[in-house]
Amino acid sequence: MIKVEDVTFAYTPGKPIFEHFTWAAGHNEAWVILGPSGCGKSTLLSLLAGLLRPQRGLIRIDGQPLTRPRPQTGLIIQDYGLLPWATVRENVRLGLRIRNFYGADGVHAPRDYHPTLDVEPWLERLGLLPVAECYPGQISGGQRQRTAIARTLVLNPDLLLMDEPFASLDAPTRESLQRLVLDLWMERGLTLVIVTHVIEEAVLLGQKILLLGHPPNRTAQVVENPDFLCPEYRDSPAYRDLCRDLRARLEAL
Amino acid sequence: MNRRNLLLAGLGLLAFWQGVALMVQQPILPPPLEVGAVLWQEIRSGALGVHFLASLWRVVASTLLAIFTAAPIGLILGQSKRLNAFFAPVIYLLYPIPKVVFVPVVLLFLGIGDLSKIVVIYLILFFQILVLVRDQAAGLRPELILSVRSLGAGRLALFRFVYLPASLPAVLTALRQSIGTAVAVLYVTELFATQKGLGYYIYLNGSALLNYPAMYAGVVAMSGLGLGLYFLVDGLEKRWCRWQTVV
Repeated sequence: MIKVEDVTFAYTPGKPIFEHFTWAAGHNEAWVILGPSGCGKSTLLSLLAGLLRPQRGLIRIDGQPLTRPRPQTGLIIQDYGLLPWATVRENVRLGLRIRNFYGADGVHAPRDYHPTLDVEPWLERLGLLPVAECYPGQISGGQRQRTAIARTLVLNPDLLLMDEPFASLDAPTRESLQRLVLDLWMERGLTLVIVTHVIEEAVLLGQKILLLGHPPNRTAQVVENPDFLCPEYRDSPAYRDLCRDLRARLEAL
Repeated sequence: MNRRNLLLAGLGLLAFWQGVALMVQQPILPPPLEVGAVLWQEIRSGALGVHFLASLWRVVASTLLAIFTAAPIGLILGQSKRLNAFFAPVIYLLYPIPKVVFVPVVLLFLGIGDLSKIVVIYLILFFQILVLVRDQAAGLRPELILSVRSLGAGRLALFRFVYLPASLPAVLTALRQSIGTAVAVLYVTELFATQKGLGYYIYLNGSALLNYPAMYAGVVAMSGLGLGLYFLVDGLEKRWCRWQTVV
């Protein structure tokens, strides 16, 4: 699904974040990118979203070289990126409005796109119907994050990128949204890439975990986490061992 | 604001006017009923309408001109740190200058027609809108732009779905703040070399014809013009920027 081939990227010349970096993720895998702040996690996500271009190397998504944001990729950022002047329903419709605006041109919208503004099933699925007419300033952080998720999923993506999606939520809201994201991942057959700096979150959400250290990042360190979906995983020794292992690895990077 | 309270306040002001007129007992301050009668008569005979329309046209033309030039420039400056760094000092110096002092200069360069009057009011509105729209656009978080781009938006869609709705409140706030000044300056410009406009009408009746009730009818009409525009902007703001008042 994702192929990062020999990519070099720097914001300022001579200080690369990634140098000859290669990494691959398969279809319908759930990945977490874990690392300290400043390691380039969000940069990698922006590269995968097509919002940044590597100076060298190539990123392929679904076999196609990535040169601009791709309509089938959904991106959810830390502070949700909702329009403050639009209601929850209109925010969820935003992607559809943009697609309707351009039409099915294959660039801004998939070629097989049929214009629609129907978002009611998603509002219902994410429990947003009661607040559909509210503005983002009137709802809770959890509801804003649900709105951002709904807005992205309405577009039927095959790849979902999330940047620190649960960082500013309280614990119960965070746990329920983490479950929701995993449910949606299984339901929709998505490929999922979540960026976080929280080790516990990485272990709970990542089928595979990509570790990034202080830049420049040259090799992809991947940790497998096959049991992440087991019930009661949170309380198991395996979970605690992996957290400890990841902490040791991060400190060594 | 509540309509009933507004009505009561209006009636209160009329009563105050009536009271002062009764105390003064001079032709230079006729009571509201007398002025009202003259106003009605002037409207019916069409004498006031011509002046009202001339003033309305000047203020509306300069407002539209200001919106359609200042808002795009404000958006561009707000989005480009480099351009703004270049122009900000110039705007900073020009912004507080009372534009009304340019009336004679503009008259000299643009002549005594409508254009010079429109340009003077335009100058005032232009800087108000420019600064407010620029600051609003600069305040748009880059994350917001990124996330909308990730939904497939190119330049055109960004403009339509982000920049336009984001700058609307700034334009309306700028208008609400500067309508009073705009109408005041309209009056000043209409004292010069024109025979149409409420400013001219007020000046003619007050200083040349010494027809005080007619002069006050002009004052009421000009206040009505300012008030009407203010209500219009206020209404548009309530309708289009509901999110700002409910949050």
